[in-house]
Amino acid sequence: MAQSNSLWRRFTTSQVFWPLVALGLIMLFNAFFTPNFFKLEIKDGHLFGSLIDIINRGAPLMVLAIGMTMVIATAGVDLSVGAVVAISAAVATVLINPALGNTLIASDKLVENVTATPLPVVILAALVAAALCGLWNGMLVSRGRIEPMVATLVLMVAGRGIAQLITGGQIITVYYTPYFFVGNGYLAGVPFTLFIVAAVGLFAWLLTRKTAIGMFVESIGINVKSSFYSGIDEKNIKLLVYTFSGICAGIAGLIVSSNIKSADANNAGLGFELDAILAVVIGGTLMTGGRFSLLASIIGALVIQSMTTTMYAIGVPAMAAQAVKAVVVMVVILLYSEQFRTVINRLFARKEVQS
Amino acid sequence: MAESDQVILTMTGISRAFPGVQALQDVDFNLRRGEIHALMGENGAGKSTLIKVLTGVEAPDTGVINLDGKEVQVKSPQHAQDLGISTVYQEINLCPNLTVAENILIGREPRRAGRIDWKRMNAEAREILLRLDVDIDVTRTLGSYSVAIQQMAAIARALEIASAKILILDEPTSSLDAYETSQLFGVMRKLKSQGTAVIFITHFIDQVYEIADRITVLRNGKLVGVYDTAALTHLELISNMLGRNLVELENVSKSRTRRAQSFSSEPLMQARELGSTGAIEPFDLDLYAGEVVGLAGLLGSGRTEIASLLFGIDKPDHGTLTYDGAVVRKYSPLASIARGVALSPEDRKAAGIVEDLSVRENIVLAMQASRGWFRFLSSAKQTEIADKYIKLLNIVTPSPEQPVKNLSGGNQQKVILARWLATNPQLLILDEPTRGIDVGAKAEIQKLVVALAEEGKACIFISSELDEVLRCSDRVVVLRDQEKITELAGDEMNETLIMQTIAGS
Ligand SMILES: Nc1ncnc2c1ncn2[C@@H]1O[C@H](COP(=O)(O)OP(=O)(O)OP(=O)(O)O)[C@@H](O)[C@H]1O
Ligand SMILES: [Mg+2]
Repeated sequence: MAQSNSLWRRFTTSQVFWPLVALGLIMLFNAFFTPNFFKLEIKDGHLFGSLIDIINRGAPLMVLAIGMTMVIATAGVDLSVGAVVAISAAVATVLINPALGNTLIASDKLVENVTATPLPVVILAALVAAALCGLWNGMLVSRGRIEPMVATLVLMVAGRGIAQLITGGQIITVYYTPYFFVGNGYLAGVPFTLFIVAAVGLFAWLLTRKTAIGMFVESIGINVKSSFYSGIDEKNIKLLVYTFSGICAGIAGLIVSSNIKSADANNAGLGFELDAILAVVIGGTLMTGGRFSLLASIIGALVIQSMTTTMYAIGVPAMAAQAVKAVVVMVVILLYSEQFRTVINRLFARKEVQS
Repeated sequence: MAESDQVILTMTGISRAFPGVQALQDVDFNLRRGEIHALMGENGAGKSTLIKVLTGVEAPDTGVINLDGKEVQVKSPQHAQDLGISTVYQEINLCPNLTVAENILIGREPRRAGRIDWKRMNAEAREILLRLDVDIDVTRTLGSYSVAIQQMAAIARALEIASAKILILDEPTSSLDAYETSQLFGVMRKLKSQGTAVIFITHFIDQVYEIADRITVLRNGKLVGVYDTAALTHLELISNMLGRNLVELENVSKSRTRRAQSFSSEPLMQARELGSTGAIEPFDLDLYAGEVVGLAGLLGSGRTEIASLLFGIDKPDHGTLTYDGAVVRKYSPLASIARGVALSPEDRKAAGIVEDLSVRENIVLAMQASRGWFRFLSSAKQTEIADKYIKLLNIVTPSPEQPVKNLSGGNQQKVILARWLATNPQLLILDEPTRGIDVGAKAEIQKLVVALAEEGKACIFISSELDEVLRCSDRVVVLRDQEKITELAGDEMNETLIMQTIAGS
């Protein structure tokens, strides 16, 4: 009895508890208001349904949230992830495009199901480009001593221009079917994106919790000066987390461009940085840095995606959906603020005394 | 006149529990007008918690507070201030990024035509500090000053609340020199004569006897008793605090024969004309394995600056440093730790603890940093190390997983010491290692330092308590105005001579 009690206590005080509650509430809402929300079908040996949809659509955000969590835990922020998504998408699609390197090409050649570059090279190139973007951010923050918000703003603004340059200002459409597998494929009946999220999540978990990196990240986020005195290599830790965040954005860019079979430098990954930050905040990692939970951030990303999907499902217009999101953000921020909690606690404490 | 007329505050049956710790259990406390009342007890006894309950930082689980004959529920520190309770907390809670003047007068800035009158504000702040005989540039940021100056600023801020009926000082003197302490005592006596009641927490027994009228002793969260200072001997007080008799407390090193100056081997560390402009004038220093070298000097005399140079926090712009026969080229904490040098810093809150990390993580932090990212200590190994030092240093914590910020001040200090002992250093630099540590533990730590030296380690011992420096050290380096004046050893190592040298007479 005492055993299960303390287990329950550990669960309720853990960082995943509140994000899970939020997710539960959204699911509960859907159980009443959205018909067929929980219906899962098997078509052609693949799972279909709203829940699968949420996971599939939410995959890029979940991957971004994993990278963003580590950045925020060092008391930083990465505003450039949306732009890096666009860069990675641009690099991948341009390399696939059969017109690569040719100026004049017949349009029936363009729509052929071929690639100009082998697929592994495409993927590698997109990820290397994204990693370089992250490295650039990391250099600015750790070596240049620039505020993370300002440092990553540079690439947030310039990144879309770079993507434009890569695509030559065009929206590049892909007709090469093997590439579609990344964002639309199924493996063992389950969306392939789920495997990507799982792989990135597992890698990040191993990197932070099976090495000293996680502890150092938290230590820097909590108290830089004490960490410096203790010999922690702050600069390289920061370089690492921004680079990793860049790579995550690169992976998200691959998923997005494969999903919609094209790359649009202006619109790919638009607003992703804010959703990713929000996912981390819902996951309970403080913007001031410190303790973090990758799993809680992933659940945070699911909360955002299921909110969006739900609103579309019940027919909330896109504009209003943004407003609803804003309200949710406010509520979350209030709930996590210590001041607000104290006020609430005191209110309840009063009541108990009176009754 | 009835005794009860003089009583301004009573706290009755106060209890407060934290997960795994009963910090206060049914504690009674009363305070009279115009008295200085010392609150004493070991590290973790519950002194600071009692203060936090009184000032609305923590809500009591049970208990009643009576102020001026009326029952009050103190809701917040602001509320406490409005009730006339002015507090200097153990952990300085000022803003290092604001100027000294802003920190002292924040919330009460003098205004002219609705706007802050900066000139007057700076002048007022200066004047308040001058009452404590602290003469500094109040327009510089607070963080640029030493812990002691920050402490004085915190005290000045509390004093500025003119309407205070009760002034609470939680270990205000732990980082002060004898001179600042006497200055503070002067102000406390003046307030006392004006009828202000003062609660004074300290681990310095002598200071209590110098200034306190009554003493309340806590042990393990329970009240032991209330005593008139005049009717209680030192030994009785100590045994009340510790719950056991502590013999030989005074003479840690009586058993130790001081080492002679003749070291045949090469010095472990050698500084030649080492200096950093604006921090410390070039100095020479030889450190041998197996000795303890004390640094003595006033506030700002350059003690901490020497420690920072030797540990690579700051880079010298002058001279050379040799370690183990090789010239030091890389100045950084990480490089120093790799060489086998450790520094337990003076500023526990800013440069020591990592608040939200557990006691275990805080203890293994430097050791893990020196092992790098990938040679990760398994969690079993980490717990083993943490347990070892929790036992060795008697750290009071419900478990190694407790966030270090929840520990009492003295126990946090022990965690920092543990972090550096765990790196198994050859040269251990201790900057105010016993700050905020209770009498019993202080003796233990001094013994530990001496034992380490006997094992063949070198140690630099910095403390604003001169007798402590004398007790532990084989020789003493005297500093004045950011300059090394001389080294004293053997018979020259006595309090009078050192004081004279420090004062420059
Ligand atoms: N916020 C908290 N959460 C959990 N435990 C706490 C918290 N604050 C204090 N404690 C515990 O309560 C006990 C009393 O702490 P307190 O700070 O009052 O000690 P103290 O007498 O001031 O000691 P010191 O001389 O070291 O300052 C300690 O065991 C401490 O670990
Ligand atoms: Mg205390």
